[in-house]
Amino acid sequence: MEAVFLTFILMLAIFLGFELINKVPATLHTPLMSGANAISGITVVGAIGLAGTGQQDLSNWLGAAAVALASINVIGGYMVTDRMLAMFKKRGK
Amino acid sequence: MGATGLVIQLAYVISAALFIFGLKLLGSAATARKGNLLSAVGMLLAIVAALLDQGIVEYQWILLGFVLGGVIGAGAARLVQMTSMPEMVALFNGFGGMASLLVGAAALATASGTFVLVTIVLSILIGGLTFTGSLVAYGKLSETIGSGAVTFPGQQIVNSLIVLGILASSVMFCLQPENSQWLYLIVGLSLLFGIMAVIPIGGADMPVVISLLNSYSGLAACAAGFAIGNNILIVAGALVGASGIILTKIMCKAMNRSLSNVLFSGFGGASGVQEAVEGEIKPISVEDAFYVLEAASNVVFVPGYGMAVAQAQHVVKELAELLEQNGCEVNFGIHPVAGRMPGHMNVLLAEADVPYDQLLEMDEINPRMETVDVAIVIGANDVVNPAARDVESSPIYGMPVINVDKARTVFVLKRSMASGFAGIENPLFYKENTRMLFGDAKESIGGLIREFS
Repeated sequence: MEAVFLTFILMLAIFLGFELINKVPATLHTPLMSGANAISGITVVGAIGLAGTGQQDLSNWLGAAAVALASINVIGGYMVTDRMLAMFKKRGK
Repeated sequence: MGATGLVIQLAYVISAALFIFGLKLLGSAATARKGNLLSAVGMLLAIVAALLDQGIVEYQWILLGFVLGGVIGAGAARLVQMTSMPEMVALFNGFGGMASLLVGAAALATASGTFVLVTIVLSILIGGLTFTGSLVAYGKLSETIGSGAVTFPGQQIVNSLIVLGILASSVMFCLQPENSQWLYLIVGLSLLFGIMAVIPIGGADMPVVISLLNSYSGLAACAAGFAIGNNILIVAGALVGASGIILTKIMCKAMNRSLSNVLFSGFGGASGVQEAVEGEIKPISVEDAFYVLEAASNVVFVPGYGMAVAQAQHVVKELAELLEQNGCEVNFGIHPVAGRMPGHMNVLLAEADVPYDQLLEMDEINPRMETVDVAIVIGANDVVNPAARDVESSPIYGMPVINVDKARTVFVLKRSMASGFAGIENPLFYKENTRMLFGDAKESIGGLIREFS
């Protein structure tokens, strides 16, 4: 039953994503992409649970490596997006 | 579910809402920065919630991962040049994919049931091909490896065999999850498949590839979410997946090609008979170009990847300012696939302080083109090729282009007469109203600026 429930969430999220992104103007496509990239670093949340089990096994090490990789994505992604968006200015400002 | 579990789940709901609202605010340049901040707050909330999990008994490895990733990520984000954004986004996509692969593989320790096993396979498969595919894309974009399409005889057969191998080992893995050789086989084949999928795609098609890999990095996170039964991974991953798919679709449409054509055809080979172009090339000197520009009252710049290569965005802005002081209206016409990633040119021009209301999309600039005195093409070729509109035998026939040839005068800034990336003849260069300004774009524009001052 849980599988059905999760798939349901997936379907709704995809439709919502289509609606949201369709409205983004071409001017902002690069920041959109790097911002979306930062969001895809959400894997860090899953990795945290695996890296903190305290059992010095393979799964633990994989989790720790995943935390590092996903944090590059999250921190780098948000920072560079902010850096780009700060450059977009209206005329006369 | 205990009290802490409930708090964690509620926090995930709020961070999903923040991601959604953040993406909504990204829909306008005026609110985009706030949107990105909201999305970052959502991420922070999700991470804090995940740290509350009672299954976590030690924090040192998590902390080490954060510090290591944070230092690398922050360093890269601060130091990267705006012209190198495509490479960096490609690389980050790859890291996201690898993280999802690792989470999927680690989830195996506690996995039960076929459904979970299938989602583990998916997160490893998508994550793995995103990782190596992104590394190849990075190599092509940064020109550490050749940017051309790599094709060899029997490529399709090799690829089909890899896909069959992945399918077979996936089935075997689901039947015998305790036998880890199937897992390693899936990992190896997915990594190999990522390489094979991107090498036949040429540099000019990179906007499509990056968009697609962006989508995959989200879908990989989504699959990992299924593997460990985590809602927030599914929602956030799906949002990113959808965003990447839409960008991919926009890029394909802007090239008038189907996705399968971009992915499998290795564009850039000899394609069809090309009509000989009639007319002659008329070069112009910087001095003569200056006189034309001085008299112009409406100028449009049309930049392409060449502007990024020549790092000419700052001198372009300087020239635009001088023209405006001279009472001329200045705009920028930007084709959706100009550059190496979606929106590449906009970021470069924003970096050079060009206000975003001066950056016009193709559909806005084309109807006005007849009233434009001078269209200045800088390092763009295929996206201004009138053959796409007029010549049915042209390989790019049907691709929407910026109609610079309809302006009264066209200046084309170009290094030499070599044809564009796709190797397609451009009749624009031979038109009656076209003047070629040969040389390095940055130097040519610098010359024009000196004439003005």
